[in-house]
Amino acid sequence: MIKLDSLRKQYGSTVVLNGMDLAIEQGEIVVIIGPSGTGKSTLLRCINFLEQPTSGHIAVGDLSVDVTRASKDDILALRRRTAFVFQNYALFSNKTALQNIAERWQIVDGWPKEKAHRKAMEILERIGLKDQAHAYPASMSGGQQQRVGIGRAMATGADVILFDEPTSSLDPEWVDEVLGLMKQLAAERQTMLVVTHEMTFARDVADRVIFIDGGRIVEQGPPKQIFQNPKDPRTRDFLQKILENNPGGG
Amino acid sequence: MTTLNVDYMLGLVPVLLKYLPLTLEMAAAGMVLALILACLLAVIRVLKTPVLNQFAIVFVSFFRGTPLLVQLFLFYYGLPQLFSALTAINGITATIMGLTLHFSAYMAESIRAAIVGVDRSQTEAALSIGMTNSQLMRRIVLPQATRVALPTLMNYFIDMIKATSLAFTLGVTELMGATQKEAAGSFLYFEAFLVAAIMYWIVVELLSWLQHHLEARLNRAYNR
Repeated sequence: MIKLDSLRKQYGSTVVLNGMDLAIEQGEIVVIIGPSGTGKSTLLRCINFLEQPTSGHIAVGDLSVDVTRASKDDILALRRRTAFVFQNYALFSNKTALQNIAERWQIVDGWPKEKAHRKAMEILERIGLKDQAHAYPASMSGGQQQRVGIGRAMATGADVILFDEPTSSLDPEWVDEVLGLMKQLAAERQTMLVVTHEMTFARDVADRVIFIDGGRIVEQGPPKQIFQNPKDPRTRDFLQKILENNPGGG
Repeated sequence: MTTLNVDYMLGLVPVLLKYLPLTLEMAAAGMVLALILACLLAVIRVLKTPVLNQFAIVFVSFFRGTPLLVQLFLFYYGLPQLFSALTAINGITATIMGLTLHFSAYMAESIRAAIVGVDRSQTEAALSIGMTNSQLMRRIVLPQATRVALPTLMNYFIDMIKATSLAFTLGVTELMGATQKEAAGSFLYFEAFLVAAIMYWIVVELLSWLQHHLEARLNRAYNR
């Protein structure tokens, strides 16, 4: 489904991703954890070229791209096979909830407006925001905005949805409704790659947890193994710190 | 102190009204051309296109840095001396040219700021759902930039309407020129220019009303 080969990203002489290898199966839910500034977000952003990777290969579905030779069309094709959920929601503020979701079908896929809006209504129903269809982002709560953000990603029908710390900017009261929606998607076996600090979500929902430090994968495995029996001292260190600071999160 | 000659003023209204269309036409033409030029300059500045960017910087600097009246004289009296092909340039054309270049310099800066001001993450979101650059410009960036730039652009338009009165110095008989001629014949300077002032004022008020409604429409998405 997704395959990364020696993916590398550096800014000047600073190496952010140090040769990342990763394969994700269809329907797999993978959670990435790790200290801040270790390249978790950069990894997600390189997969759809929001950042230009320095070298390596990215394959999504039947599309395989050598990043040093990626053409404009390759990048567009990669972006159309992936979807992204942003930490700060990044909803189009000049569009209603319905229009935010319909935009992919109406503009990128060129569907007639009525059809795009009808299908967007179905998504709103699934994310429980039918009553907010004609509301603009400015009038919605953070939790509602992020659910629309997820709905917009769902509408792409992408092979994989990339979640970049989807609950980190939310007030605590809205975190559960967003995690709830993500669990619902996981139960439908939507392929997901999630960067998060929500350890409960990682433990309960992930098929596999990956610990990243210093731009590489330090350790990976089923949540049980990572949380109860981490092998690498760096993983142990990180988990200890995060569970101390946030006991409820463990 | 003598009293205001109201009858003269009322009689002057239909006379001066005949020259109002020329004033508005010069302003409208100047506005349309200035908008096009300003958008071009703004996009060049945002994309930092080599060579063109440097040209745009010098262009904006010169046309913002010199008085409009000096620019008008430069075009109308100066250019024909350099290029004989321009001897046929008339006052109206020179005025529209001057208004276009002068105001496009100001407008380019506010359009550029408005484009840059659109939340960067919304551009990324548009890319992430597979939009092309032109789709995201058309659907996401420009509609939001328009809303931000509209009040200042309308201000420039209002300024431009009033600046058409400088055309009178190039021998164009528009509202200001016609008033000058009428006043010189009747010696009722105060009455004549008061009528002209009220006419400019009414036009600008109508525009402000239009601006208010446009802004309310564009702000619909941002009311909590």
